[in-house]
Amino acid sequence: MSIRYTNKGDKATKTGFGEGLLEAGRRNAKVVAIGADITTSVGVNLFAEAFPARFFSLGIAEQNCVGVAAGMALEGKIPVFSTYGVFAALRAADQIRVSVCYNNLHVIIGGAHAGVSVGPDGATHQALEDIAIMRSLPNITVLSPCDATQTKLALLFAIDRIPGPVYLRFGREAMPDFTDEDQVLLPGKAQFLQEGNDLTIMAAGHLVWESLQAATILRNRGVSARVLNFHTIKPIDEKAIVEAARETGAIVTAEEHQVTGGLGGAVSEVIVRNCPVPMEFIGMNDRFGESGRPAELMAKYGMKAEAIVQSCLKVLIRK
Amino acid sequence: MMVCEKVTDPGILSEFARAIRRMVITSLAEAGSGHLGGSLGLADVFTVLYHSILKHDPDHPLLPDRDRLILSIGHVAPVLYATLAHSGYFPVEELMTLRKLGSRLQGHPARDHSLPGIELSAGSLGQGLSVAVGMALAARMDSKNHRIYSIHGDGELQEGSIWESAMSAAHYDLSNLTAIVDRNGMQIDGPTENVMRLEPLEEKWKSFGWEVFICDGNSIPDLLNTFQLVSMVRSKPSVIIAKTLMGKGVPGIEGNYRWHGKVPAIDQVEEFLAELDKSGGALR
Repeated sequence: MSIRYTNKGDKATKTGFGEGLLEAGRRNAKVVAIGADITTSVGVNLFAEAFPARFFSLGIAEQNCVGVAAGMALEGKIPVFSTYGVFAALRAADQIRVSVCYNNLHVIIGGAHAGVSVGPDGATHQALEDIAIMRSLPNITVLSPCDATQTKLALLFAIDRIPGPVYLRFGREAMPDFTDEDQVLLPGKAQFLQEGNDLTIMAAGHLVWESLQAATILRNRGVSARVLNFHTIKPIDEKAIVEAARETGAIVTAEEHQVTGGLGGAVSEVIVRNCPVPMEFIGMNDRFGESGRPAELMAKYGMKAEAIVQSCLKVLIRK
Repeated sequence: MMVCEKVTDPGILSEFARAIRRMVITSLAEAGSGHLGGSLGLADVFTVLYHSILKHDPDHPLLPDRDRLILSIGHVAPVLYATLAHSGYFPVEELMTLRKLGSRLQGHPARDHSLPGIELSAGSLGQGLSVAVGMALAARMDSKNHRIYSIHGDGELQEGSIWESAMSAAHYDLSNLTAIVDRNGMQIDGPTENVMRLEPLEEKWKSFGWEVFICDGNSIPDLLNTFQLVSMVRSKPSVIIAKTLMGKGVPGIEGNYRWHGKVPAIDQVEEFLAELDKSGGALR
C-alpha cells in the first residue's frame, strides 16, 4: 500500500522550532531560552519577543551558554539553548558532556544549520558531525525531525516528556512541510511512512522527503521500498530496524551528515548485532561541504531523490 | 527553618580546619592517589564557608533556600568531602572509601552517586562558573534570596570559558554570586606565572565588572571579614582572590607544586599528622 504525501508548502525546520518554542513558552512558565547572538536565524526571536523576562542573551559564548543552561536546569527551569549545530555540538561539546549529560539535566539544545543545505555560508557553518558527537554521549536523546511541523512537535515533546538532555537538530532552508499537525510522534520510535517489501530506506531530517520521492520513482520501476523516518536517532528504534532487515532484506540510510557516526552508523550497529543485510549509505563521505545553493549542494553530494534511487538499486544487487 | 548552626569563633574554626586537614590527609593516603596540595590549601576556606557563612542543613541537603556551593575544581573533592563529613552530611568513616570502586566519593564530585551535599558533578575545568551564573539567574527570576558560591583554581582561570561566564555575570549584575579563586600560584607544571601569566589578576576581574576582594585564604579572621564585606556588595558579582599556600598545614610540603597531584604513602601519614599538629593552624 502506498500513501501519497503532500507538500503543504516549503517551510524551514528552524521556523517550526521557533513556533514550538513560542508555544512551549505559553504552556509552561518554567521554559527559558538562551541566545548566542544569532537568535533570529535559529528560531529563538519569537520567544524572546513574547517572554523577554525568560530570555537571556549571553553573546557569542556557546560554552558559557551551555553551562548557564545547566545551572538553570538544576534550579528547575527548562532551558532551551539554540545556536548553529557546529557551535553547539562541537564548540561546547565538553560542557554538554559534563555539565549537562553527566549531571543528567533537562536541557534542550537546538542544533541549527544542519547539513549542506545551509548553502552559501559554506563548510564552517554546515553541521555534518553533530549527530556522531551527540549520540555518543550517555543520557542524551538525539532528535532530527523531517519537516517544520514535526520539528515543532518534537520540541514540545522534548520539553514536556523527555526528562533528560536533548539535542534537536534542524535546518535553515525552506523545505517541503508534509507531516500532519495531529501526527502521533513517539520519540524513540521510527515513523512508518511507506510500506514496501524489497528494501527499506531509513532517513532523517530533510532527506526523509527525498526518500519518499525516491520510493515513488522506484515504484514506477517495479521496486517496492519501505520508508522509515528516524526523527529519533538516539535512542534508536532497534525493533523497526530489525523488522525491516528481516522483512525487506536490504537497507539504505539517508542523512545530511557524515556517513560515519550518524544515522547510518546507528543503524549499522543494530544490524550487525541482529540481522546482517546489505546496506548503502547516503550522506557526506568524509569531506567538508562548500558554498553553493542548497539544492545544488544536495545534488552534488548525492542527497537528492535520484541519488537515493541509485543507492537502492545498488543495494538490491547485493541482496 | 533549620540551618546548620554558625560558628564565628576563630579558635574553634581553626580547630575545625585542623580536623578537616587530618581527614584530607588520611583519606587521600588510603585512596593512594588524588590531589593533596590544593585540598589542604583550601581547608580554611571550606571551614569558614560551611561553619559560618553558608545557609545549609546537613539533615536536609536539598533545602530549597540553601546557599549553593559549586566546586568548579573537582580535583579538590577531598576537602569538600572532609568538610561535608565534618558538618554531618555523612559518616566520617565513609571518607576512607574515597576513589574506590562503588564509592559515593568519586575522584571528582558526582551527583549521580547520591552523596548528600553535592550540587554539581564537575571536574572538567572552566565550567563551574557558568553553572553558577545559571543558578544565580534562576534564583533572581524566582525572587529567592539564597546565594551562590563557586570555587575555582587560579590555573583554571586560563580556561577561556571562565571569562565568558565572568562577562555574563557582570552583564546581569549578579550580586547573589560570589566566586572564590584559590590563588596558590601553582599548577601541575609549576608556578602559574611561568605556565601562563595570570597577573594582573585583580585588574582582570575589575575590568570584567566584578567587585574584587583579596584576602589571606589561610587566615580565618581575614576570611570571616572578607565574606562579611562580600555580603554588602550590591548590583555586581564578587570575586574573592584567596591567597593560599598549597599544602598548608604540613610545613614539609607547603608551597611545593609537586604535591598538587600527589598523596602521602600510608607510612608517611603519622609524620604528616604530627607536622599538622605542630603547625600553628590558621590563627594569625
